[in-house]
Amino acid sequence: MSSKPIATSRSAAGLPTARLVTWWVIASEIFIFGGLLASYVMHRLGHPEWAAQAAHTHTWAGALNTFVLLTSSLFAVLAHKAADSGDGARAARFLRLTALGGTTFLCIKAFEWTHEIEAGFVLSSGGFWSFYYTAAGLHGLHVLAGVIIMLFFAADAARNEELQRVECIGIYWHFVDIIWIFLFPLLYIAR
Amino acid sequence: MSAEAHHAEPGFFRKYLFSTDHKMIAMQYLFTGMIMAVIGGYLAYVFRMQLAYPSQQVPGYGVVSPNEYNSLVTMHGTIMIFWVAMPVLLAAFGNFLIPLMIGCDDMAFPRINRLSYQVFFLSAVVLLASFLVQGGAFGGAWTSYPPLSAKGAYNLTPVGASMWLVAVALEFVAFLLGGINFVVTTMNGRAPGMKMYDIPIVVWMIVLATIMFMFSVGPLIAGAVMLLFDQLLGTGFYDPGRGGDPLLWQHLFWFFGHPEVYVVLLPALGIVAEVVAVFARKKLFGYKTILHTAWAVWVLSFVVWAHHQFVAGIDPRMANVFSITTLLISIPLAEMVFVYIATLYGGSIRLATPMLWALAFMAEFLIGGVTGIFLGASGTDIYFHDTYFVVAHFHYTFVPIAIIAVFAGLTYWYPKMFGRMLNETLGKIHFWGSIITFNVIFIPLFITGTAGDQRRIYSYAQFAEQARPALQHLRVVSTLALLVFIAFQLIFVFNFLWSLRHGQRAEANPWMANTLEWTVPSPPPHGNFADMPTVYRGPYEYATPGRREDFWPQNVPN
Repeated sequence: MSSKPIATSRSAAGLPTARLVTWWVIASEIFIFGGLLASYVMHRLGHPEWAAQAAHTHTWAGALNTFVLLTSSLFAVLAHKAADSGDGARAARFLRLTALGGTTFLCIKAFEWTHEIEAGFVLSSGGFWSFYYTAAGLHGLHVLAGVIIMLFFAADAARNEELQRVECIGIYWHFVDIIWIFLFPLLYIAR
Repeated sequence: MSAEAHHAEPGFFRKYLFSTDHKMIAMQYLFTGMIMAVIGGYLAYVFRMQLAYPSQQVPGYGVVSPNEYNSLVTMHGTIMIFWVAMPVLLAAFGNFLIPLMIGCDDMAFPRINRLSYQVFFLSAVVLLASFLVQGGAFGGAWTSYPPLSAKGAYNLTPVGASMWLVAVALEFVAFLLGGINFVVTTMNGRAPGMKMYDIPIVVWMIVLATIMFMFSVGPLIAGAVMLLFDQLLGTGFYDPGRGGDPLLWQHLFWFFGHPEVYVVLLPALGIVAEVVAVFARKKLFGYKTILHTAWAVWVLSFVVWAHHQFVAGIDPRMANVFSITTLLISIPLAEMVFVYIATLYGGSIRLATPMLWALAFMAEFLIGGVTGIFLGASGTDIYFHDTYFVVAHFHYTFVPIAIIAVFAGLTYWYPKMFGRMLNETLGKIHFWGSIITFNVIFIPLFITGTAGDQRRIYSYAQFAEQARPALQHLRVVSTLALLVFIAFQLIFVFNFLWSLRHGQRAEANPWMANTLEWTVPSPPPHGNFADMPTVYRGPYEYATPGRREDFWPQNVPN
């Protein structure tokens, strides 16, 4: 099915359909993370003793990951700029750099978690650790999904096809970034 | 690619099993929902028999054990809400109506639409498979409160509990995929000329309900992951002994669960609006008022959830706040019913089967709404909590939504869906048989509940102090009425199947309605419209003075 229905190409709301659907996906994601983080914050406020558990996280690793993720978002913006000017090959290059950033993020995360698990802090080690692994894990899954989708879109973009998708995956990537901006202080810095 | 090639009829495999056509996906959702309704109804039959004739052989089942009883009530609730009301009201009607009513050829993302149904089908398989695992299907109630749901040692269905969570989570994913499609298609795919206030009310309602679903379900998805971890990975999110809080689940569940009532109510109200306008042959009274009240319901529905926790332990000051918001939400809903009644006033009413169902919806839902006031007010709720009064109230809201309004919609759009008319006589017999028995099932439960009968009790043999033998005849009446109710559904099934082949052929617009789906042949071809329509006016221009015909389709220039 190469042809798209008429419904896909209309824009009665004045917004391209692809961008519109991206925003709705993000809107529904906000409530998933919102529910999780609100639960966490309520529990943190009720359990000051969790600070002792939180003290074991590697703040420097989290900070490095924040830097990596923010840098990858810059590449996503540059990819969007290239796609807007019709340069699919350049957009694909930047998308792949973004995906590299996401992969680096996951590697640092894996390194970090290995250390924590070796130190005996696992999912069931206590309230803080349960939230720590669940929230960061859910976020990590979003990073992983973003990387995979991005590589597919980069392959399309390299052939100058479906360039509107470059912007959409960029919007999603910034969203994943912003979630991390919430997670980093809540999980690492707050003690 | 030429237009002909695009609208060519696909082969069998593509057409029925892996279709991306919104109408076929709607049928898949509809028939899955109807099959699940039969299963859910069978479960209700079994546990109602147990309540009327404790520990006796139930024909077609056997003797019900205590654990099985818990599974039966849990799965009945779960199936009827998540696998009947949601797929039929939102997914089947949404998929069928949205592209046709807004005048486009399909959903904006047909393949995501197909994926939505496939995930939904998988969720139904997981749920039904849980009947077969060790310990049986989940028996911790459809609300799945921890610690009961979190520990297999408590609910005695350790495998079923996790499968239940996985099935529900998959179902949410299916409706998120489908729902985002609904919203985007309605926002972007409308026919030229169709402005915001030219969209038929039922489409508005389905879209509002979808957005409400998207925003309320998020926290529960997170909560479900946490509960699954508690069950399988040894975390203690809901375990007070380990720093968790079982009340957290109640908040996450009802932050979704209460809006969920309105998620299915709004499409039902939308269906009733369409039917009432067409069969009163009169312009829908207060189109914008209906929309504004729907928005009011939308906003308020997010701030009423804690009325489910009045007994569970909540700061009394918060209980007051939630009592007030809960009572407030009845105002826009009452207003909406008044607006529908105002539409009837002075109309030339045709009492065809769809109209009977629509009128019955208003009458029966009214009882559900009025009895809800006793439960929304924290003072009276403390007495009524967890009694059969709650069960009766709940069914007086949900049966009008998921059964009565669905029958209004099905009988109204059946000609469009299948190209044949349903038999009117059988339709009316089915209507009266269902409505009367429905009331006979649940009015006795208001009485037993007021007397103090607790829900979720398998047999009074273990709770002699609660037995109230004087009320047993009411429990029996309720069960017998259910048997008659089920028998009358066979008439509908017969009518539905018989009319598929032998019903009178339906023309394009048998009800003389205005909305765009009635401008195309019945059933609509692949691609829906031979020429894409342009819209010139709102959907409810009936009995316009100076026109020869009493209806004025949206796509007719003048």
